[in-house]
Amino acid sequence: MLTLTDDEKAMLDGQHGKARQKAMDLLVRYAEALGAERFVETKNVAGVPGSANAFLQNYYKDKGGAGGDAIFSHFDLDSDELVDAPQAVVHTCHLQGGADPLHWETLGVAAEVVRGHEAREAFAVGKGVQILKTCTPYLAGNVPAFGEHCAWMESSAVIYANSVLGARTNTEGRESTSAAMLTGKIPDWGLHRDEPRRGTHRVDVRVAVDSVLDWGMLGYYTGEAVQERIPVLAGVTTVPDIVRLKHFGAAASSSGGVEMYHIAGVTPEAPDVATAFGGDAPLEVFAYGAAERRRVYEALNANASDPDVDFVMLGCPHAALEQLREAASILDGRRISGNTRLWIFTSRAVRDEADRAGYTAAIAAAGGVVMTDTCSAFAQAVPAGTKVAALDSAKQAHYLPAILGVQAWFGTTRDCIEAAVTGRWKGEAPS
Amino acid sequence: MILLRGRTVVGGRAEGEALVTQLTVPGWGGVNPIKGVITEMRHDLRGVSFAGKVLVFRGAKGSSGWSAMYHTARLAGTAPAALVFNEMTTKVALGAVVMRVPSVTGFDRDPLQVIETGDWVVVDGDCGTVEVHKNGSGRG
Repeated sequence: MLTLTDDEKAMLDGQHGKARQKAMDLLVRYAEALGAERFVETKNVAGVPGSANAFLQNYYKDKGGAGGDAIFSHFDLDSDELVDAPQAVVHTCHLQGGADPLHWETLGVAAEVVRGHEAREAFAVGKGVQILKTCTPYLAGNVPAFGEHCAWMESSAVIYANSVLGARTNTEGRESTSAAMLTGKIPDWGLHRDEPRRGTHRVDVRVAVDSVLDWGMLGYYTGEAVQERIPVLAGVTTVPDIVRLKHFGAAASSSGGVEMYHIAGVTPEAPDVATAFGGDAPLEVFAYGAAERRRVYEALNANASDPDVDFVMLGCPHAALEQLREAASILDGRRISGNTRLWIFTSRAVRDEADRAGYTAAIAAAGGVVMTDTCSAFAQAVPAGTKVAALDSAKQAHYLPAILGVQAWFGTTRDCIEAAVTGRWKGEAPS
Repeated sequence: MILLRGRTVVGGRAEGEALVTQLTVPGWGGVNPIKGVITEMRHDLRGVSFAGKVLVFRGAKGSSGWSAMYHTARLAGTAPAALVFNEMTTKVALGAVVMRVPSVTGFDRDPLQVIETGDWVVVDGDCGTVEVHKNGSGRG
């Protein structure tokens, strides 16, 4: 049974305006669906308020208005009534968007679509939303504290915030984040509470996991094994860096629904295996060895057969500065093939840093393009005529063939960049 | 007729043909909401339309865009008629709310063991019950 505080009741009664009333009404319906008993306060929201794809723009245009307030009222707040959206009451950042504001022509996005993105970005700015335009807010200035209650979208960011930072957020959606932005409330359910953060399944890691590729494959395996439960990795002998954790989490939240994991001896709520399980026994134990690693590699390369690569895409989740440095270093003094395109996606913040470090220019000198805001899967954009892509992200390899019907090779960053230079895929399964 | 008892997720009453998967159902990146079909590689419902069906499934998985995809399906007229599922997550809860379709979970018997694709299913979201008519008997 859901209990509301006085300020929540006041919002629901309309004492803080129509928009907050609609936001609270949505949150109440959502909390009741979950079976939550109360709300927690949040001061950190990551969502996509007011954004709209072509379908939504046309849909609301036909219904009488596709302005910012119409999309925000009807879609974000799931309100049949048009309301004036007020300013965000808590720190809210905008996650990834639909097109790079500089390279939209390269991306193949029409000018009118870009103007639409600009208009919706202006709407969000007007509501006090910070335009990070990235799936990696934690690399672009929004790094929640240990124990902080958040309301975040973007499965790869949610799993990072919970597992690596020890912040507390469920995988929120478009509507719940926009409602939280206006109320500072989110249902007190799931990962906001202590008990549901404990491990449920153990994954014994019996093979060396070193490279970014290795961590992506381990994540993909783990997500398929535990689905939406909470894995505890045991037997990891090296401390992974941010890039490896980013790729692990993105993969685990794509192949399954993992929103939180523990690595014994590494992540903050898992000083050891027993603590991560809160004293309980694992419901199931999985072993990740060479055979499992081989099967993951084959699954992620399952739909590729043609070695002539048209397109190499890196930066899923958005590239960290050191990944742009690595790409620039591998490309140093070389040119990508005339038959191949290389796009690397990152946040605006990281591209600014890469510009100053010279990495953007070095990648451009080789024929590659560093883009921001989006990615091929999100923008549904690949170079014209692409039949075969090469990817270093298990998440992107999971999504891109399903979304765009292209073949996708999966390998290391170096495999991918070599394919961009030679036009041929020569990646091999790790031995 | 078989009666399953669960709890209300979203109220209302709807009936239709069951579409059953033992798997979790993907959101953004694994579904085309305009066409109302699952597109995820290697999913047993890949290419199958869920429009107007009673979707019987384990739970939701994948992207935080789950609710926005099925919200879009509602606008496009391709949403399922009702949801019957086992595992509660924020994705499926919010998705059910914005789809505005009768939805029930938390059953006394596993619906995935009782309901098969093609059965006729009546979902009463207000009472939290699901009537199952095997092989389409009781249709309409």
